Amino acid sequence: MLVDWLSLGSIYALLAVGFVIIFKSTQVLNFAHGALAALGAFLVASMATILQIPGRWMGSAPVWLKWTSSALVALAAAALIGLILERLFIRPMLGEGLFSVAIVTLGLDIVIRTVSNDFMGTNPRPLGFPGGTASLDLGWVVIPWNVVVSVIVTLVAVVLIATFFLSRTGVAMRATAFDQEAARAQGINVGRIFSLAWAIGSVMAAVAGIFLSVFPRRSTGVDTATAFLAFAAFPAIILGGLDSIVGAVVGGYAIGLAQAAVTEFLSNNPSFAFLGSGFGGVVPYVLMLLVLLIKPYGLFGTEEIRRV
Amino acid sequence: MSRLLTRSTENRRAERDYENLLVVDDVRLAFGGVTAIDGVSFHVDDGELYAIIGPNGAGKTSIFNCLNQVYHPDEGDIRWKGKTVLGLKPNQTAELGMARTFQNIALFPHMNVVENILTGRHIRMDQTWWQGALWLGKGRRDEFENREVVEDIIDFLEIERWRKQPVGMLPYGIQKRVELGRALAMDPDLLLLDEPVAGMNLEETEDMARFILDIRDELGIAIILVEHDMGLVMDIADRVMVVDFGRKISEGVPEVVQNDPEVIKAYLGET
Ligand SMILES: Nc1ncnc2c1ncn2[C@@H]1O[C@H](COP(=O)(O)OP(=O)(O)O)[C@@H](O)[C@H]1O
Ligand SMILES: [Mg+2]
Repeated sequence: MLVDWLSLGSIYALLAVGFVIIFKSTQVLNFAHGALAALGAFLVASMATILQIPGRWMGSAPVWLKWTSSALVALAAAALIGLILERLFIRPMLGEGLFSVAIVTLGLDIVIRTVSNDFMGTNPRPLGFPGGTASLDLGWVVIPWNVVVSVIVTLVAVVLIATFFLSRTGVAMRATAFDQEAARAQGINVGRIFSLAWAIGSVMAAVAGIFLSVFPRRSTGVDTATAFLAFAAFPAIILGGLDSIVGAVVGGYAIGLAQAAVTEFLSNNPSFAFLGSGFGGVVPYVLMLLVLLIKPYGLFGTEEIRRV
Repeated sequence: MSRLLTRSTENRRAERDYENLLVVDDVRLAFGGVTAIDGVSFHVDDGELYAIIGPNGAGKTSIFNCLNQVYHPDEGDIRWKGKTVLGLKPNQTAELGMARTFQNIALFPHMNVVENILTGRHIRMDQTWWQGALWLGKGRRDEFENREVVEDIIDFLEIERWRKQPVGMLPYGIQKRVELGRALAMDPDLLLLDEPVAGMNLEETEDMARFILDIRDELGIAIILVEHDMGLVMDIADRVMVVDFGRKISEGVPEVVQNDPEVIKAYLGET
């Protein structure tokens, strides 16, 4: 169960952090985030196993080095895709309401899923993650290495992003999200802020997509259901409070814990079978609703501050 | 104040290779059928405190919006240090050295005082986004240096006790001061202040007048001060322009403008 918790939690936290970056800096609710995660994973599958870029030119380099290089190429491609999407579909909506832009991202979600599903076909595409099934044996618990890696990646990403939001560009991003005209009056290039936010957000989505696809318990690769599975991160985002990086992480691991615990409990207690076998998947939404009843802005969200 | 004085008045003068800091040449701007600015010309020099007054709707804020290119004039030219600014974006005019405050305070209310003023340092900071995230070496040094400038500004404006508070929660008069601080943080050559004392009581107004005079006298920054009533302006401005219905109806030193029959007529007509 610990393993389930950590792997689910890391995935949700990473997805939530990527979503929060885009929202926090551009005030856009990006409903295409799950689709971008699946697309990112598919890019890794393409680079690492299908096209073997850049592995095919690397001769007898070790497998892990080839895989890491492919992953980096795929992440760069994900960043580029984020940049292009922002430029083509989000930038023209600058200044429109939150709601209209959210509708555009819903459209993007459908388009990205349809296109990447066409490429993927019906079979799962393995990512060729070289970690395999090796595990870290702590004595009292055995954790697969890829779960360890996912937790480390999540924590490193979170620390970097938290310091980023305190630095020059991060402060400019938060300013831009609130008031573009006032941000411009400070010399902030709002267009560049949007580009950067979408590039970083898309990379974060792709990283989450990798983990979403490699955990051996879940599936053998990225497939047409991956984007759908990513959707379960939304309760984590809302639970944490939309604009809080800390909230995204706490929300991610909290939802992961609840889901893993309930699933475990149900499998040990057949008398609750009436709840249905997929009940674990519903838990995130139930938890989200309970928290929102008590704290409408989520656990760490900024309460609306009215302009004077 | 010392670190704030990155360039003294003398330095500003020494850099000069232009006639007037800002020249506005026969600018016109209309919104549909409404003429907001109807052929206005004026100039502002380095270190000068220039005031624009006129009744509500006279076109004062629209003039500001043309200066920093939020609006693009239909006709006429605006030259900054001898070069036209037409076609630039507001963030580019900011980088050239024009800082502004807004008539309806445009702070970032969820951010605290330090962070708000720090946004003004944006163009003066020297770090890439990833250097900021890594919080090492150059990025960190740059961050510290600029945060010190922010602290100097906070001292200067006497707002220490609100440093860490979200500005949306602060009293109106303090918010106006924070906004002035944010503009000052840009280390500009020209400050555009849109009704900085509107809605303030007498004490707050006097404080603000003192800050404005200090900025001109100690920092040598030129200021355009927009106000809708004459009170403050006539006491502190070097020169005054009066606009009404988008037209310049008078210009000169305060004593002359105050006694101009056109001005008296416009102001009596309003009330
Ligand atoms: N964005 C805008 N769209 C339409 N009309 C505007 C706009 N901005 C200003 N105006 C009009 O231009 C005129 C001048 O407004 P403004 O510059 O705000 O005056 P002031 O600042 O002197 O009170 C007013 O008639 C106002 O309604
Ligand atoms: Mg006005």
